[in-house]
Amino acid sequence: MTLQEYLLLAAALFSIGLYGALSQQSIVMIMMGLELMANAVIVGGAAFWYFASPTRPDGQVVVLVAVTLMAVDMAIGFAVTTAIFRRRDVDLTDSAADLRG
Amino acid sequence: MWTPVVFWVCAAGSVATGVAVFRVNSMARATFALLASFLFAAGTILLLNLAYLGVLVVLMMIMEMVVMVVFMLMYMMNPAGLMPMTMVHNQKGSLAIAGGVFAALAAGILLVPWPTSDQPRPVDPTRALGEALMGSKMLVMMVLGLCLFATMVATVVLAHHRGRYDRYGDALRAKRPDDPVRGGLDR
Repeated sequence: MTLQEYLLLAAALFSIGLYGALSQQSIVMIMMGLELMANAVIVGGAAFWYFASPTRPDGQVVVLVAVTLMAVDMAIGFAVTTAIFRRRDVDLTDSAADLRG
Repeated sequence: MWTPVVFWVCAAGSVATGVAVFRVNSMARATFALLASFLFAAGTILLLNLAYLGVLVVLMMIMEMVVMVVFMLMYMMNPAGLMPMTMVHNQKGSLAIAGGVFAALAAGILLVPWPTSDQPRPVDPTRALGEALMGSKMLVMMVLGLCLFATMVATVVLAHHRGRYDRYGDALRAKRPDDPVRGGLDR
């Protein structure tokens, strides 16, 4: 195992998540894409800690931040979905384009 | 000797199930594919001696995805996958952007001379993390706590059925709140 292999895995997960976040119409599926991107940050942070600076816990702290981000992302995402679904019966992003410039 | 094999199995599984998230025919299947992707990725973290963080990711993701399935069944059309489902827009553009990002990241990963460390790994990384969070990295922990608290407040406010504009009118000038039942705040 090398740092490069771990970073390639993280890059693949990030790209898949980016594709999902850009292409999906359903708000919940977009959140799944965002979670995959945060997962890539977890893998990358852990790999940097192990291979680049194991004596300093900074990489582990990044992993902790990314895990918290995933929880917050999902909670807020579902709250927004609940709010907009309750008001306007909308669960697709194309139906909620009010802020389009 | 088994470590590289386990790593490649986990990496391939994580990427394959990650792709499956956006290819299967049902939201529920997509959620469980995402869970499998997270579990495989946690496997690669466990290979790096990060027992605490790996197990944390496993437990958190199982809970999170089970909650997500409930939301799927509440909101989504076709949760069981009885009919083919495509809900995408601008698929070609998204594929091109994602592929381009992967190519750029991979080029950077393979071309940059990354730093390496020959220092010994700590015997107990969890202890190092705990001491950092209670010492030099305490600001991170405090900000995370504040964020989680703000999230709790924001989710309750957002998901609430009736807000102050429903109770006191658009100008918030109503003398008495317009509540369907008696009792509660200001009654």
